[in-house]
This record gives sequence, structure tokens and C-alpha cells, in this order.
Amino acid sequence: MGGAEEVSEARERILAGIRSSLNRGRLDPETEAELRARVAAHRRNLVPARATTLDHQERVELFVTMAEEVQATVTRVTSLAAVPEAVARYLAAENLPAELVMAPDPSLDAIPWETRPLLRIRRGRAEAEDKVSFTPCHAAIAETGTLLLVSGPQTPTTLNFLPDTHIVVVRGRQVVATYEDGLDRLRAAGASEALPRVINFITGPSRTADIEQRIELGAHGPRRLHIVLVEDGQATRSV
Amino acid sequence: MLATSRTFVANARAGLANDNLQHALGLARTGFPLRRRLAIERLPEFEALRETGRSIKDHTLEHLDFYLELYESRVVASGGKVHWARTPQEACAAVLQVCRSVGAKIVTKGKSMIAEEVGLNEFLERHGITPVETDLGEYIIQLRHEPPSHIIAPAIHLIKEQVAETFRAEHRSLDPDRSLAEPRQMCDEARAMLRPRFLAADVGITGANFHVAETGSSIIVTNEGNGDLTQTLPRVHIVMTSIEKLVPTLEDAATLLRLLARSATGQEFSSYTTISTGPRRPGDLDGPEQYHVVLLDNGRSELIGTEFQDMLRCIRCSACINHCPVYAAVGGHAYGWVYPGPMGAVLTPILIGIEEAGHLPNASTFCGRCESVCPVKIPLPKMMRHWREREYAKKLSPPVYRTGLSLWAWVARRPALYHALAEIASRVLGWAGRDRGRFRSLPLATGWTAVRDMPAPEGRSFHSLWAERRK
Amino acid sequence: MRVALFVTCLVDLFRPTVGFATVKLLEQAGCTVEVPRAQTCCGQPAYNSGDRADAKAIALQVFDAFAGYDHVVAPSGSCAGMIRQHYPELFAGDPVNLQRAQELAGRTWELTSFLVDVCGTRTVSAQWDREVTYHDACSGLRELGVKLQPRQLLASVAGLRLRELPGAEICCGFGGTFCIKYPDISDKMVTDKETDIVATGAEAVLAGDLGCLLNMAGKLYRQGRCVEVRHVAEVLAGMTEEARPIGAAR
Repeated sequence: MGGAEEVSEARERILAGIRSSLNRGRLDPETEAELRARVAAHRRNLVPARATTLDHQERVELFVTMAEEVQATVTRVTSLAAVPEAVARYLAAENLPAELVMAPDPSLDAIPWETRPLLRIRRGRAEAEDKVSFTPCHAAIAETGTLLLVSGPQTPTTLNFLPDTHIVVVRGRQVVATYEDGLDRLRAAGASEALPRVINFITGPSRTADIEQRIELGAHGPRRLHIVLVEDGQATRSV
Repeated sequence: MLATSRTFVANARAGLANDNLQHALGLARTGFPLRRRLAIERLPEFEALRETGRSIKDHTLEHLDFYLELYESRVVASGGKVHWARTPQEACAAVLQVCRSVGAKIVTKGKSMIAEEVGLNEFLERHGITPVETDLGEYIIQLRHEPPSHIIAPAIHLIKEQVAETFRAEHRSLDPDRSLAEPRQMCDEARAMLRPRFLAADVGITGANFHVAETGSSIIVTNEGNGDLTQTLPRVHIVMTSIEKLVPTLEDAATLLRLLARSATGQEFSSYTTISTGPRRPGDLDGPEQYHVVLLDNGRSELIGTEFQDMLRCIRCSACINHCPVYAAVGGHAYGWVYPGPMGAVLTPILIGIEEAGHLPNASTFCGRCESVCPVKIPLPKMMRHWREREYAKKLSPPVYRTGLSLWAWVARRPALYHALAEIASRVLGWAGRDRGRFRSLPLATGWTAVRDMPAPEGRSFHSLWAERRK
Repeated sequence: MRVALFVTCLVDLFRPTVGFATVKLLEQAGCTVEVPRAQTCCGQPAYNSGDRADAKAIALQVFDAFAGYDHVVAPSGSCAGMIRQHYPELFAGDPVNLQRAQELAGRTWELTSFLVDVCGTRTVSAQWDREVTYHDACSGLRELGVKLQPRQLLASVAGLRLRELPGAEICCGFGGTFCIKYPDISDKMVTDKETDIVATGAEAVLAGDLGCLLNMAGKLYRQGRCVEVRHVAEVLAGMTEEARPIGAAR
């Protein structure tokens, strides 16, 4: 295309065009400072009351209801120890092979997979042949049954999209009311520099209605989204 | 994309005569409004959020230069690059330069209306690069060599039999006797055909629904997962976007996201709403190595401060299209270019000129349904009227209408003459139609009487009768 | 209250009955009604065709003709909407006339809205034994919020049963000059409307705008349907015996 000179010319012309349309030059420093402060404060706008007026347990129930409404399936267990069996049963019920690729995330280390030795597990990113993935999430948003997942060295994004079946383990304490609450958890978790490469808000399995408006699941992403909800009574924490 | 907006009337006529299209439109015409209404009924704050959405967009536009600079600095800080493009040519050139820099042969594409606007696919093909559409609707129309007829459901004009026919013709490696009777089968087939393309792509190009200045992020709102596979698997991710999609913060994005899916499909939230910031980080096991944003102006900066500024609030939800009775009658191809329906009627003349797109803002009854459902309260009929004013000033409308209108207005400004003529007309027409009560045909009104009867006047004008009765 | 009737050009030319029904309803509500002679049109055809100059000239004529009345009432949502919503927009850059426009806008009403929202009318003394369906004309609905008012009044008409029209809020395809400039599309829209009307099984269809009514009646007759078409004012004023339905033979 051309060197930096051409690039900056387009940039300067576009910015100049905007300023000219607004009948002004660059903003004065005071206004810029105000705008920067507005951005830094990132105040919430009006947030729907749907989930905010509920207590924690009600939020968990709402999360489950909304997730199931969009064809995610949910198994509820009361401890991490119960997760391997829940997963094994799910795979058998769906007639899926007993193998999965799992996020190499430390939060999953405490799951006692050795209790289900026939379950073959590989840790890493997803490859084309993988049929089932297993990941943690960063938060579970009650208002619309939405999972918040973030990318990272231990949570590769391909796990969320390549396999046909995606299983997500949600801890009760990860359930929050709103998207803003989920974002706040993310900010608190240490995004003082850039955000993670990707934040995925996932609400049910992949779908399309592109042919005659008929909804079909599993367009390109997973056709099954299964949530294992671990309600072990551990207190809600900000991280 | 080559525009055929000039032949809107013929396009519309073809659409009206197209049985498959009419069947397909029938499904959409009731489905979309119903689903939207149900979603809104579940969110009491929806009306208030429309106002908030409007003010976020207006605030951003008032300070767009600031927010664009902030946005760019954050993209760069996260390892990405912004390519500023004044024109479609500059946008295409930027994409080509990036593709060539990595020796790209195959490019997968998530849905991008900006890519349509700049004619990216044809441009890449001319330069020896194969773009593969991956959104199911876009994939179908790519196979059919058709343009999209809707901004979120590109293949909405087709019935399933047409899709099956296309798949049979194009997927020649598959068993010709296979059944393709149901959308399920076609969906599975597209999934299987496209999976290898996702994996083989050198570059992935997506659009964006929003960009966040605070973090230098782009946001895509999808349901299929193709956008995410497109932007995650290849070495390079290019975002095709335009300058007005910026919002200040993640919280502002959250507000607009609450409006978007509900307004578009009646979903609470799309299956996949993805916020992307820069290329893969050290230690990441997947993700693109490069992240590029092609930021297109194409005349948008000039709209700020004009009577068309409000159009820049558009979040491309398609609610206006889904509720428009004209769109429901003729379909999206009638509009002749990238953007159909009410938003297309306002935007198309801006982007390709009123001489080319003159019919679009005229083919409206100003019923106002579009404005009533717009999540960011764009006064669409008002802006269509502004186009009509510009056409009137440039004498672009047909002389017979201009003359007729001038005559009408001239008489209407002379009440005595007007009343005399009205009395004559009502007597003449009233007398002519006194027995039947209506006309099957009427000279000078053949447009009307070709398809409907014209009720006859009662025979006297109101003003004459009033004058008599009040004596 | 001294009320001026804004006749509307379609009522004047096609169906004075609607004008007289309006006067009757206003007088029943206790108003003194006058009909300024110096009125012709609200200027909407010019305005919607992009001819602001002529629209303004006509608007100024309307300001003069309707000066001094407590209220201005039109049996039409589109004409009342033109005055209420669009006259101020026409004079946005002209402070003196903007003020006149706003002043007039503040006292101009569509008929059923005036009766219910201003006069507090809740019932009429009419009788009409019919199954009826109702089309919500676009301007009245979306510019003026006219939705419940005609229904409230119709509910008090003895013998009248209202069946809601599916798609009542969808445009009938008249649109002023639209039906002339884009007749194919207009035809499709009015055909859909006609199908919806017939599917209700109603004996009659009513609306508050004569443009819509002429359009729908014309289509119903062309399709050979036996549905009576009337303006809501005629029914509320109990004048259904005096005038044949729109487009009906003698």
C-alpha cells in the first residue's frame, strides 16, 4: 500500500474532516481531560433490575433458567469431586466418546479426574479432531444465562469453538448478576494493561436461522454447550 | 458492489413477482416483529435504554476525533495496528497489503457489511486471493453469486429448496442422492464443507459491531461461531469497520449490546458476543499473530454536523428493515445495493449519491414504524424527507410530479379558487359515480384504478354544504 | 370552547359526511364549532415531496385561518400530525413563525384524541349493530399516539362488537403520493391489508383517516368483498343511516 506517510495522511485527513464538521479544531486540554476522566471512570449506565434485585441463590437459579432457555444443558453438583462422574455420565448419555481436551488452567487442577480413569484427557488447545472440550469460565452472568470466558495461556480460545461439544464448569461463586459485574471481575483480576486477547460472552450453543428462519443448533461452533454447576457453598469472592 | 438502485422500480416489480421471495418474506414479516416484541416485554428498562443508547452514540460523535485517537493508541498498545482508509480503494488496498505481507492465498470471512460496501471480495479475487464466506447466509449467496438482501440475514430471500439446489450444484464431491430436504441437513453440510476452510485460512477478516475506545477492542455479535473461528484460527485477523462504530467504554458497549440482539432477532443476547483486543499474547496457545483494524470513513466524517448526523448512530440491528412494509413487499435486492430497507434508504444516497439512489427515500409511506423500533431513535422518515428536499432542489424528481405539485400548491394558496374547483370536481365526479358509488377506471388515476376501485365523492364539497346549511 | 374544524382536503372533496359527523360530535361534547373558510390543505403533499417553500406558504395560511380559536380539530391523524409535529419543524430556523407553529400545534388535535383526551368524553350515544374491525392509520398512531381513544369510544356504541385486526398497525399502502409513484408496492400492501380485514370476518372496517379508507375500500371492492368501510366519526356520530358506506352503490 505505501509507507507511513500515506497512512498518516489518511488519518490526519479523517480527523481533520471530523473536526471541521464539528466546527472546531482539536479539543482543548480541559475537555480532553474530562473525557479521559469519563473513560477512566467507566461508569455504568442504566443496568436492568432483572438480576440485581435478587440474592445470590436466586441469581444462580436465574442463570440456570436463562441458560437452559437457550438450549444449554445444566448438571448441578455440590462439589468438585462430583465433576468427573457428571462429565462421564453426560458423555455417555450423548453417545460421545469418553475423551476430552481440557484447558490447562490451574483452577481445574483440583478436579479428581483419576476417579474416572476411562476418561481420556488431554490438556491444551483444541485441534480439528477434538470432539469435546472442557473449560472453566471467568464468570456466569445471570441476566441472560451467559458465560464469560477469557483467553490466556491456560485458557485457549479454540476450546470454546472447535469441538462439537463444549463443557464448562461453573462455580457457584462465579455467578454474578450482570455483564457489568462480570467486567468488573475481569478488571479486578488484573487488567491494568490490556485486556485479554479475547473475552467471549457465550449464551447457549452455536445456532443459525439463515435458512427460512428455522433455528438449527451447531452452525460452526459447538452444537452442545453443557454446564456443570458446582454449588459447593464456597463464599463469593471478587476473583 | 455494483449498484442497481436506479432501477428500483423494475427491481421491486421483479421482487413482487418472485413467488419464492414472497414466501420467504412472509416468514420474516411476522417472525421478526413478534420475537422482538416478546424480548422487549421481558425487559422493562428497554425504552429507557433506547434513550441511553442514543445519548452514548451522540456523545461519541460529538467527540469522535478524541475517541478515535484514544482507540488507536489502545489498539497499538495491545499489539495491533490501525489502517485509516478514507475511501473504499484505500480500505481494499490496506487489506491487500496485509494479505500480501503474509503470502495469503485463502481468506475466511465473517460477515462484514463494510467489506460489502467496499467490494472487498471482488477486489481480492482480482488480486489472486480467494475469500471464503463462512456465515451460513453469506456462504449460500456467495455460491449463488448474489448480493445479500438483508444486513443480518443475507439469504433471507431464499426458500430452503433454493438452498438445497445450490448445495447440490456446488458441493459436487458429495453423494448426489443425499437428502437435503431440511435446514438441519444443509446446516450440517455447510459446517462440514467450511471446517477445512477455517483451518486452512491464512487470514481471517471479520466485521465489527462496536469498537471500544477505552480498551482498543473490537466486538462482534454472532450466533454461528464462524466469526470466532475466522478470527482465532488464521495467523492474521483483519477487522473491517467504520469510524462511527466507536463507543467510549466497555460499560457503554454493554448498554448497546442489551439493545442490539433484542432489536435484531429478539434474542436476549447472541450466542457469541466477543470482545477482541490485539493479537495473541506471549504464552497464548492459539489466536492470531497479527491484529489489524481497517477503519473506513467513506464520507461518514462529513455527515457529522449535518441533517444526516443521526444516521451515524445506527448499530446495524436491522429492526427497521424487519418492520418495514415496503421491504416486506419487495425484499432487499430491490434496493439495489448493500443496505436495504429504511436504513438503506437513508444511507445509500449518502454513499453512492442521490442521483443513483433517488428512488430509495421516495419509496416510503412514512408510516414511521422504522423510527418507532430503532433502538437508538434515528428519525428515519425525517432523513428520507431531507433527501426528497435535496432532490426537489436539484429538480431530480420527474417533471410531471413537480408540475402537478406546483399546481396543487398554487391553487391551495388561493382558498376561493380552491373551493370553487373542489365544488366542481366533487359535483362532476360525484355525479359520474352516483349510482355505482365507485369507479373501476378513472383517467389520470390509472395507477390507482389499475388495481383498486376509486370511491366516488358524495357529490358536493363540504365547504359548499356548510355554507348552505349555515345560512 | 370555540373549536375550528380543519376539514382536510379529502373530506372536503370526497366525503363531507365525515365533516358533519365531526361537527356533531364536537357539538355534543359542548363545543361551538366554526369552519374557517380560508383553509384548503395542511400542506403535507408539498412537505413530503421535499417542497418546503410551498409547505411553508400553506402553513402560514393555516396560521392565519385558525388564529384565535381555542382548539383546532381534524378528522385525520395525518393532517393533525402535520400541524402538530411538522409545522414546528418547518419553521425551525424562523423564530417568529416557529412560535406561531408551536402555538398552533399545542391546540390542534385529531378528532378521537380531542374527544377523549381534552373533552373527557367516554361514551357516545350512537347505535350500530355490526362486527367491526379497526385499522390504525400510521400518522395518528405514531405521531399522535392515537390508539386507545377510538376504541374507547367505539366500545360505547350500542350493538357494536370490535374484533382486533391482526396487523392493525401495519401501513395500508396509501402514503399520499406513494400510492401513485409506487403503485405496485402500494397494491401489495393494500392487498395484505385487505386479506387481514377479510380474515377477521368483520362486517365493517373503520379508521380515522380518509386516505386509508379510500385505499382500503377501493381494494375491498375490486376484490369483490362485502365489507363496509366507514370513517370512525360517522359511526360515533350515529350517522350510518344517512350516508352510504365509502364506495357503496346506491
